[in-house]
Amino acid sequence: MNHWPFIIAAYVIVLGGSVALVAWAWTSMRSAERLADEVTRR
Amino acid sequence: MHAFANPARFLKIARPATAWTLALAVPLILAGVIGGLFFTPRDYLQGESVRILYIHVPSAWLGMAGWGGLAVASLMQLVWRHPLSAIAGRAIAPVGAAFAAMCLATGSIWGRPTWGTWWEWDGRLTSMLILLFLYLGYIALASAERERGGEGRMAALFGLVGAVNLPIIHYSVLWWNTLHQGQSITLKGSTIAPELLWPLPLTLFGFTFLFASLVLMRMRAELARARAEARLRRNASE
Repeated sequence: MNHWPFIIAAYVIVLGGSVALVAWAWTSMRSAERLADEVTRR
Repeated sequence: MHAFANPARFLKIARPATAWTLALAVPLILAGVIGGLFFTPRDYLQGESVRILYIHVPSAWLGMAGWGGLAVASLMQLVWRHPLSAIAGRAIAPVGAAFAAMCLATGSIWGRPTWGTWWEWDGRLTSMLILLFLYLGYIALASAERERGGEGRMAALFGLVGAVNLPIIHYSVLWWNTLHQGQSITLKGSTIAPELLWPLPLTLFGFTFLFASLVLMRMRAELARARAEARLRRNASE
């Protein structure tokens, strides 16, 4: 059995998942901080 | 610990720490992944599939360590009512759940060529699946309490009780007959050959820094949201 398709699938899930987590956490942090700054300035 | 429970003091440290932990995570993960995929030999028994080790073990460690952190935050919330502890618990939960899910997915993918099956209801796999369900339960409970304006004490209690699952996961391979291999790395050393082992510390530390950075981002988002809500409430009452 060729193991490489399994290895590639596992790495895509973890590395892709990590990139997606960073993008989600970063954008939600930036938008929340921007909103907080805006509300405080008003 | 008590000194850092002040949100302003925490933010002063968290802002640079978010970038630093991410900057440390990326090269460590890349070095470990490249080393594990291209510069280690195939295992004599498992063949090429052993390379999944370098991402599966960090995912498992962070899935479990995440709940450990959540349990500590829950304890601090219940005992000292620190303002940051509920925020820390809510920040850790989705990140820990994601790593627990990645651990289950990569373990399943590893199992197919190694054991000949995608899934087996044995002690280690089942207790890890329960951990994922615990995370989902915590997320649902914490957000429901937050919407009702509660302090999150029920979620904290759930976080503390759920920690019972951690030793079950850890010792499951010793307590029950399981397809999952026994402990390869203990405090006494490792049974993994050094030429296969060296990328693992790189991905372990790399993903741990990534986890820390993600939790800091989530905490900063929660704090900013709380600041905006408090300000809007004050504006409305004036």
